[in-house]
Amino acid sequence: MAQAKTKKTGAVGKKLVGMADVVITAAQRAKDPTFEIPIRALSNVSFNPRRGLIEMGEKKQSRSFFNVGMAKKFMQTMLVADALAELQQADLTTSLREIYYRTKHTIQDSHENTFDTQDESDPIIEDLEVSLIALREELHVRAENSGSIVGPVVFGDDGDRVDCAKLGKGGYSVPSIVEPEYLEIRRCTADFLLLVEKGTQWNRLSEDKFWRRYNCVLLTGNGQPPRGVRRLARRLHEEHKLPVYVLVDNDPWGYYIYSVVKQGSINLAFESQRMAIPKAKFIGLSSADPERYELPRNVGIKLNEKDITRAKELLNYQWFQKPAWQQEIKRMLTSGLKYELDALANKDFQYLTKKYLPRKLKEKDWLD
Amino acid sequence: MATKTSSPRARSSAPAPQSETTVSESVASRKKPTSREESSTAVTAVEMGARQREISVSEFFTKNRHLLGFDNPRKALLTCVKEAVDNSLDACEEAGILPEVTVRLETVANGQAPVAPSQATRFRITVTDNGPGIVRQQIPRVFAKLLYGSKFHRMRMSRGQQGIGISAAGMYGQLTTGKPVKVISRTGPRAAAHYFEVQIDTKKNEPLVHENKQIDWAQPQGTEVALEVEGRYQKGRASVDEWLEQTSIANPHVRLVYHTPEGETKEYPRTYHELPPSPKEIKPHPYGIEFGALLKMLQDTKSHTVAGFLASDFCRVSPALAEEICKAAKVSPATKPRDVKHQAAETLYKTIQTTKIMAPPTNCISPIGEKAILSGLYKQIKGEFYTAVSRPPAVYRGYPFIIEAGLAFGKGPEEAAKPQQASVPLAEGEDQGNDTEQARVIRYANRVPLLYQQSACATFKAVLSTTWRNYGVSQSRGALPAGPMVIFVHMASVWVPFTSESKEAIADYDEIQKEITLALREAGRRLGIFLRRRERAASEFRRRNIFDLYIEEVVAACNRLKGGNLPTEKLKEQLHKIASSRTGGLKTDEALGKTGAGPEGLPHSIIVTAEGIEGETEIAQQTPGSPVVSVNTAEAEPIVRPESTVKTKRGSKEKSNVGKGRSVGATKAKAGQQALFGDEPSSKKQAAPLKKKPARTTATRKRT
Repeated sequence: MAQAKTKKTGAVGKKLVGMADVVITAAQRAKDPTFEIPIRALSNVSFNPRRGLIEMGEKKQSRSFFNVGMAKKFMQTMLVADALAELQQADLTTSLREIYYRTKHTIQDSHENTFDTQDESDPIIEDLEVSLIALREELHVRAENSGSIVGPVVFGDDGDRVDCAKLGKGGYSVPSIVEPEYLEIRRCTADFLLLVEKGTQWNRLSEDKFWRRYNCVLLTGNGQPPRGVRRLARRLHEEHKLPVYVLVDNDPWGYYIYSVVKQGSINLAFESQRMAIPKAKFIGLSSADPERYELPRNVGIKLNEKDITRAKELLNYQWFQKPAWQQEIKRMLTSGLKYELDALANKDFQYLTKKYLPRKLKEKDWLD
Repeated sequence: MATKTSSPRARSSAPAPQSETTVSESVASRKKPTSREESSTAVTAVEMGARQREISVSEFFTKNRHLLGFDNPRKALLTCVKEAVDNSLDACEEAGILPEVTVRLETVANGQAPVAPSQATRFRITVTDNGPGIVRQQIPRVFAKLLYGSKFHRMRMSRGQQGIGISAAGMYGQLTTGKPVKVISRTGPRAAAHYFEVQIDTKKNEPLVHENKQIDWAQPQGTEVALEVEGRYQKGRASVDEWLEQTSIANPHVRLVYHTPEGETKEYPRTYHELPPSPKEIKPHPYGIEFGALLKMLQDTKSHTVAGFLASDFCRVSPALAEEICKAAKVSPATKPRDVKHQAAETLYKTIQTTKIMAPPTNCISPIGEKAILSGLYKQIKGEFYTAVSRPPAVYRGYPFIIEAGLAFGKGPEEAAKPQQASVPLAEGEDQGNDTEQARVIRYANRVPLLYQQSACATFKAVLSTTWRNYGVSQSRGALPAGPMVIFVHMASVWVPFTSESKEAIADYDEIQKEITLALREAGRRLGIFLRRRERAASEFRRRNIFDLYIEEVVAACNRLKGGNLPTEKLKEQLHKIASSRTGGLKTDEALGKTGAGPEGLPHSIIVTAEGIEGETEIAQQTPGSPVVSVNTAEAEPIVRPESTVKTKRGSKEKSNVGKGRSVGATKAKAGQQALFGDEPSSKKQAAPLKKKPARTTATRKRT
């Protein structure tokens, strides 16, 4: 495995060095050095209904040095490439923010900084990911650990055995890089996987030992799940055939979280193949639930303008074209209300664990 | 109630005749009985009548000194200086003398240990001029009688209007320190100098002479006034210093010397050597007269017929027009003016207001003039761009007026040329020198700076309502434009409509507002053109600069990527070559505003850059003895250029011309027109509409 690892990094390192070659060759030919970067926007993604994935298109933008509008970005791209190559050579991993600090300095004889904020360096790392077709992990850049898992699953992490059934109610914190080289799934006896949007609801389920009674794995990403959580869900789904259910708030953002888990995101469409779980199911909160579970109207929240705009955008996405989904979103728009998972506490503190989820699972009441 | 009504009456008719008082008494006594039954303590009309008496103007002002600008010690000090200086300037100009005024402020210890000027409460103000002097007999009344003067009864532009100012200042001094006004005056080298100490009898509004003698005085002619007043000296906004500085901007023909209480001497040299044209006195225009005034004029006229009265006592009324007005008003043209009363007078008044009458003549006002404004701004304010606009005369309420506006923009070439290098690398969230300084508005009425009540002034409102963003200057909603900018607005008129007696803000007439706005827009347009051009040049410069900066970074990054063994110099050179060809190479330099004649086709403007000045620079340069300066073609853009042979040639030509200019200085007056085009008459045709002006280095410029 170690062998494979060095080989891989070598490939990425070579790609990074190749960027310097672009500049050198262009300079020799008196041409403007230019990179081609695939566009990361809705205009350049398409939904592949057969595979159930969002795929990135062929459109590219060029970034050239001798263009006043792009010169700074070009320079920044070279600096980030240099920093990433340094990571490759030293075989270290780092965070987005550290990359920002590593590449930030004041340009000689001027008052201009190479980067003013991290908002400038982050997109460049994504640009490099897509143009070099390298995963972020391969670039040795990690995100924050912001996910938790609990349930009957055993991992091997740096040689330590981690049994997620014996970690109390806090669970195991999902690392940002969960590739087999870094995290090994030794055993998994669960029947399904429940991905919860909110940490608070995950805590509720974990405290109530929901996972023990229904023999499942509980996973949360605290909002939009980070790559590590999505990738881990995908691995458990793929390697251990666990069906995946997604439990989110009933609002446009909740729907979108579900869709990212299922089909992949627009921004990182090129990663869909590795992260998306096309068979994931939407278990709740559905816009039909308030009526079915007799939630009082007063625990709803009025949709604001942003919510409405976002919901209308969702209606137009290719991957929300199934009649059931159109009906689901339109029902929310007609009611004019959104509901948080937490609103279930209005009935009982343990309503989610004791009534709502059991009934959902029994009735197989979910959307695909 | 009765006393209240009588006070303004007494004030308006200065030496109030006895009959006036009796009239008000009788009115009061007629009204009184109704209130008698209301309470037992009520006084009778007779008792009240006993208490009612005349109020002298001087007494009135003793109580209402804020109306004249003596609200607080700091403002009072300024008002005293202002009144004395205004009088000096008015006198000099009327006598056709280029004014030289010396202002001296000293602290007066008053028996105590001397204190710092900022702590002192008593000051001696001495203002000396080289004016015509005042004849001996008039001195007491000019300085110690309120509402006595030459300016109130005529329609002519001057700084002072009512004849209150200097005597009010004297009275203020008298009230606060008990000291008399000391005056020295000499009407010519052969006349003797007279020294007076005068005070005002506040009851009678008559002067009291304490001292009167002939003395030896070094000055051949002029007047010196010394006042001792309670005041407070503080620098900064609305200070004496600021007022004198602003005065020198609007009056570049004045040489002003100021001895500050701190012992410093500031000199504002004369930069414009012509007196403003002396304004003519005019008769009132029929539109500007009120009904009451018309009645009074009808009574006082020397004419024997109404038609004659109209034609001779008003301007712009011809005998034919007078007949026409009489006919329309159904008054016989031959009626005696004294017999036109009541209804007939009112009809006549209304008819006049509806008759179409030519606007009043405008030779009664003397604008500062674009050149003089430029010269004044240039002398006092550091900037990169100056412009001045004089509007054609306009009329409000029958009074002619002229609006002039000026702009000084920028921080001065020294600042601008400074390499903008941050001393400390910037951290996240920090900005570089992002100062949001707001523009400063300097306001003038008949050449006198207005320092107080800015927001109530029509000029200020016009500045706010102008959309400066159209001219490339940022401006938040309802605020002054932001940027290193001074906005100059001057209103010249035979009667400036102030909002109060203390002459602090110009009232907001639509016609005035409109003229100010038009003047500001024109100035703004020129500024906009200047800023856009400069921006274009700067962006082109930046464009190349960007590449130069980033090439270093990109090459360094490539070198590290390639393991540190890259021929970096070669790569840099290759990239620089591409950069230079991409930005148009040397051609860009030529394309950048180097084509036109200076000052970039903007009339009445000066542009200052690190390389020199452009525009109406003979104004800026003008010093006695070297009126003609050589011509140079436009060279302004702050672009780094390779030294070209053309430029060196120009440089040497310039030097030789300077010498020539000095030697032919005497021919200046006749060569005035030629001076615009210097010694190259051949270029006259081509440059004529653009007024190409000489340029010289900034080193020779005088600044205070």
